[in-house]
Amino acid sequence: MTTTTVSPSISIEQMKEIARNMRIDIIKMIGAAGSGHPGGSLSEVELMVALYFKVMRHDPKRPKWDGRDRFILSKGHGCATLYSVLAETGYIDHALLPTFRKLGSPLQGHPDKRFLPILEASTGSLGQGLSIGIGIALAGKLNKADFHTFVMTGDGEIQEGQNWEAAMFAPYHKLNNLTLIIDNNKQQLDDFTAKILDINPLGDKFRAFNWNVIEIDGHDYNQIIPALEQARNNSTDHPTCIVANTIKGKGVSFMERQVKWHGVAPKPDEVAAAVKELEAAKI
Amino acid sequence: MATITTTFQLKMGMATREAYGQALAELGAKNPNVVALDADLAKSTFSAKFQEKFPDRFFTVGIAEANMVGIAGGLAMTGKIPFASSFAVFLMDKGYDQLRVAVAYTGANAKFVGSHSGISIGEDGPSQQSVEDLALACGLAGFVVLCPSDEFCARALVHRMAEHVGPVFMRTGRAKAPIIYNENDDFQIGQAKIHGKGSDVAIIATGFEVGYALQAQAQLEQEGIHARVLDMHTIKPIDEEAIEIAATECGAIVCAEEHLLDGGLGSQVARAVGKTRPVPMEFVGIQNTYAESGTPEQLMDKYGLTAPYIVQAVRKVFRRKPAVR
Repeated sequence: MTTTTVSPSISIEQMKEIARNMRIDIIKMIGAAGSGHPGGSLSEVELMVALYFKVMRHDPKRPKWDGRDRFILSKGHGCATLYSVLAETGYIDHALLPTFRKLGSPLQGHPDKRFLPILEASTGSLGQGLSIGIGIALAGKLNKADFHTFVMTGDGEIQEGQNWEAAMFAPYHKLNNLTLIIDNNKQQLDDFTAKILDINPLGDKFRAFNWNVIEIDGHDYNQIIPALEQARNNSTDHPTCIVANTIKGKGVSFMERQVKWHGVAPKPDEVAAAVKELEAAKI
Repeated sequence: MATITTTFQLKMGMATREAYGQALAELGAKNPNVVALDADLAKSTFSAKFQEKFPDRFFTVGIAEANMVGIAGGLAMTGKIPFASSFAVFLMDKGYDQLRVAVAYTGANAKFVGSHSGISIGEDGPSQQSVEDLALACGLAGFVVLCPSDEFCARALVHRMAEHVGPVFMRTGRAKAPIIYNENDDFQIGQAKIHGKGSDVAIIATGFEVGYALQAQAQLEQEGIHARVLDMHTIKPIDEEAIEIAATECGAIVCAEEHLLDGGLGSQVARAVGKTRPVPMEFVGIQNTYAESGTPEQLMDKYGLTAPYIVQAVRKVFRRKPAVR
């Protein structure tokens, strides 16, 4: 059996450095595009670094390898982070990042497999990724393949009813090769999630639906990595739901926990201030 | 009740939904990558025929159409050929965003079959009667849209669906369908089946309406109007070549479909006619309304879909033909 992890022995310090670089990329990409979603892109950085560098079995040189672990970004608006990690791991050229959201770019405003075929799914209409992930995980079971499927949603996205159809299905069919990661940054477009339609208690809901639930700090690698590895090496019959508590806008002080940064691009002076802060931050 | 005097009758066969189930089971034996999904209507859509033979490759998702369509998208992206079925109205209307994003926009090789289409499902009433599925399916970029007229056509098209790489929607019916073909007839996606050489008018029909169109053709023959019938089992991509020939040779067209007049067969044909050879057209279909409970026969008559209505439309379009072409 072939298993490939990009950097099995990577240190937490190295991952922190990658996360810092990705945040700088994300701010620059959204700033250059003049539109995008900085808040929810910055909240998911550590989760994606841990997945792509440490936990997932995949090989950037063989993007269509049948045995690869799959990642679906159901919260498609957070795709600046996905494109950045794909550049960091060598799937795409870093030079592509400034084309984000521009006509003809593989880096569409929401993930689009037609333009970037290495993606596992096209997303952007919230609530769909978990069902697609179930289809992939079912195919894995039918083929007796040992790849794992990770799906990331937002917390506001959990309000979509399709998630609950999917949440009933996955444990009933014993899809222990499937992991849902909820980037629980506690805000959605209009306001705090708890003020729009409170989804709490989130972990209890998934426990009641027969998922293994792990609640973690989604910025702390000492919690993220064990949780993802436990999910990847799941020995139970149940799928795993990781509720990752995160901070929307994480890493840029004037964006953190500010609802307005859900879907607004930083202006050139704001890009410069954010980059300066990220470059100066201790890791 | 509208009536006609022809003695022309077609023998009744099985419903196209049952033919779907049979063909799907055949396909399962031929291709191990074929999997099937249903949303708690497997006995009604006849996907249960596949389930009996291949239980490990059959998934019932419960009453959750959106999830079913998303799962089909994921299965397709991992090399399977999923066939997902439900009543047409629930599959298309509840699964539409998923059909759009997880299937059409991704270009997934997934197949969808909506049964109980049209109003011929009868007594269950309009919440179960799909009168817009063809329009919705045509609104999905890259989809092939099929509407078989009888069991032989349906069975053949299920095999064509599996061979075609890309998303496909097929509508099937609840009621028994008249037998029009036999097992030697060949059906290809996008190629109309043409009945007769009449050159006074062309009747372009789909699904259940093909039987009525053939009945109308026999009646019109008695009146001295020579009609040809095109069975347009593929709504998209529409057979523009056959339509152009029919328009050129007949000079007048009647479309007939068990569907709202908005966005179904008539719209597709009219566009092809307008592009190639504009001629007078009339349209038989459901007129901007939802139907009601009743027997299939009562409903097809009350909502203007039976052979006499096609005959009326033909007489009307025939009068509109220019005297000298």
